[in-house]
Amino acid sequence: MGELPLIAGQVFNSFSVASLFVLAALGLALSFGLMRVINMAHGEMLMLGGYLAYLVFLAVPGPLAIFVAMPVAFVGAALVGAALEVTVIRRLAARPLDTLLATWGVSLILQQAARSIFGAIGVGVTAPAWLNHTIAITNGPLAGLTIPATRIFIVAVAVAVLGALSLLLARTRIGLLVRAVNQDREMAAASGINVRQVDLAVFCLGAGIAGLAGVVLALLGPVTPNVGQSYIVPAFLVVILGGLGSLAGTMIAAVLAGLVSALSQIFVDVSSSQVLVLLFVVLFLQFRPQGVIAVRSRALDG
Amino acid sequence: MLGGAAQADVKVGVLQSLSGTMAISEVTVKNAEMMAIAEINAAGGVMGQKIVPVVEDGASDPAIFSQKATKLVQSDGVATVFGGWTSASRKAMLPVFQRLKNLLWYPVQFEGNECSPNIMYSGAQPNQQIVPALSWAEQKGYKSYFLIGSDYVFPRTANLILKKHIAKDKLAVVGEEYVPLGGTDFSAVIAKVQAAKPAIIFSTLNGDSNVSFFKQMSAAGLPPTKLPVMSFSIGEQEAQAMGPSLVKDSYAGWNYFQSLSGDANKKFVAAYQAKFGKNAAITDPMVHGYLDVYVWKVAVEKAKSFDVDKVRAAAVGLDVPSPMGVVKFAANQSLYQPALVGKLDAKGQFAIEWQSKGPIAPDPYDPVAFPGKVCKLH
Repeated sequence: MGELPLIAGQVFNSFSVASLFVLAALGLALSFGLMRVINMAHGEMLMLGGYLAYLVFLAVPGPLAIFVAMPVAFVGAALVGAALEVTVIRRLAARPLDTLLATWGVSLILQQAARSIFGAIGVGVTAPAWLNHTIAITNGPLAGLTIPATRIFIVAVAVAVLGALSLLLARTRIGLLVRAVNQDREMAAASGINVRQVDLAVFCLGAGIAGLAGVVLALLGPVTPNVGQSYIVPAFLVVILGGLGSLAGTMIAAVLAGLVSALSQIFVDVSSSQVLVLLFVVLFLQFRPQGVIAVRSRALDG
Repeated sequence: MLGGAAQADVKVGVLQSLSGTMAISEVTVKNAEMMAIAEINAAGGVMGQKIVPVVEDGASDPAIFSQKATKLVQSDGVATVFGGWTSASRKAMLPVFQRLKNLLWYPVQFEGNECSPNIMYSGAQPNQQIVPALSWAEQKGYKSYFLIGSDYVFPRTANLILKKHIAKDKLAVVGEEYVPLGGTDFSAVIAKVQAAKPAIIFSTLNGDSNVSFFKQMSAAGLPPTKLPVMSFSIGEQEAQAMGPSLVKDSYAGWNYFQSLSGDANKKFVAAYQAKFGKNAAITDPMVHGYLDVYVWKVAVEKAKSFDVDKVRAAAVGLDVPSPMGVVKFAANQSLYQPALVGKLDAKGQFAIEWQSKGPIAPDPYDPVAFPGKVCKLH
């Protein structure tokens, strides 16, 4: 195996890493864009999705369990998200620092709850047989390149979620309401839109997507009480890099971060590549503080 | 004299992580240490005194380990402390025990390169685990090695020693990669493994990262049957928790396996499982934690004193029966012990693949990696 397949493999890996980042970050981007809320418990929605996937795989074993697990994790995480929004975030919405602290507390509570229920030991999900194989290229310039089917599946899920979300925002009435509130909360409220309900819907949607991310993560590694913690930092990074609250920006930022991370790993080890990703984000923001795509919103005028 | 019973008690500290990410491994070590204490008490205690354990939670945080160690020695006045797992926790506690002139019994294999009169190192030194595992691999004819580890002191030092030995034996290290503790993405590491085509992987990955690593290796078409993996941090308990099918056929180097024959081990396994569930896994550090308590008891009785300096002097060279057979501490306060290489089966148990000829004398300073350094404490 020469240089070319290694680089091609890493480019593919960067898209699979980017897919995880996108799924983890979309919910954050949505809720921040709309409500200016920094939800520290977002990672735990991911963890919840992972545990729900584990339970579904126990209840309905079989090759298609993953397609049951995804809606279950989406709805489950969305419901917990709804509870969080109604009980905590809505009441603190006007105080960003307080929401930050309160949601951090919720995050700790959820982690400890998972530890008490499922144990400190991670649980695992076995990928169905149809996902458990490798596509190997044996001839041509890319000979030696292997691509695990799970990674293709993860990219496909991310593309599907992004597609569905853009359709939802661009073509449906709910999407119209979300965009209206996003542009000018007061004006939208004045024209009769129930802003609180839009907030709730968007927050649930974001939590649900994180739940989905949890399911695909379970295909790659263990589900542990602190699995969310390892994704929350890259997710915030991607949201900031993308331009707070912009979906297209979030997507581009995820791909950029994925590329920097995967390509730098050809030359350095994983620890150093994390440093390089952070350095990249810092430098990028020096030249473009508003992120990849600047969002024009009255909410930012404040 | 008032309250005769209370006067005749001796307090010891038991300090492991009962919460946080290390709890998975350390709670069972605490169980084994407490079981030894209960057994000794049932048999009449130490020098006729009942052992009263003071249990503290290190919470997987080196700073808390250091605080709790101080508290145990200063406020509780314990005679000695059993505990610690990560090298970071040991390094954090070391100054406490040196300053307060107390003694820590440390039960886990580690990277060596340390020599303190206030620690009894019962876990394996590198020359009792890593280096013998390399000799085994060389005997099997593996010529090219890929080193993967979590990014902290144990894997970095272990790999430093491995690289020096591999170079000395004129074999090849075709890759060396580190992943942050808890890291879950191995796509790039696996791509590099595929490019480097090693004959065997030596893994010092710790904790959950192992699950991700083995999962993604087999998804990439490289299960342990195709590309052998030798791990230094996967024991019976980890294998069962990860799902034995995931790590089946991979190798591990330790000094004790639950599957060891011998009556002392069978008795110990039965007693532990009667107390903590019939499927409870027994691991190497648990047995070291358990035998530490016994060595301390026998040493106290030989010294006829709880005085730290007298006890540690008495402990050296003392033959004490344990589930691993009769063990004894060397003059550098580490344990003589045999090295074992095992292969994991479908139940998460090890079949013994190779064992050293008898116990190996412990050496904190590997002569190839750290020439000229010696540890002399007695």
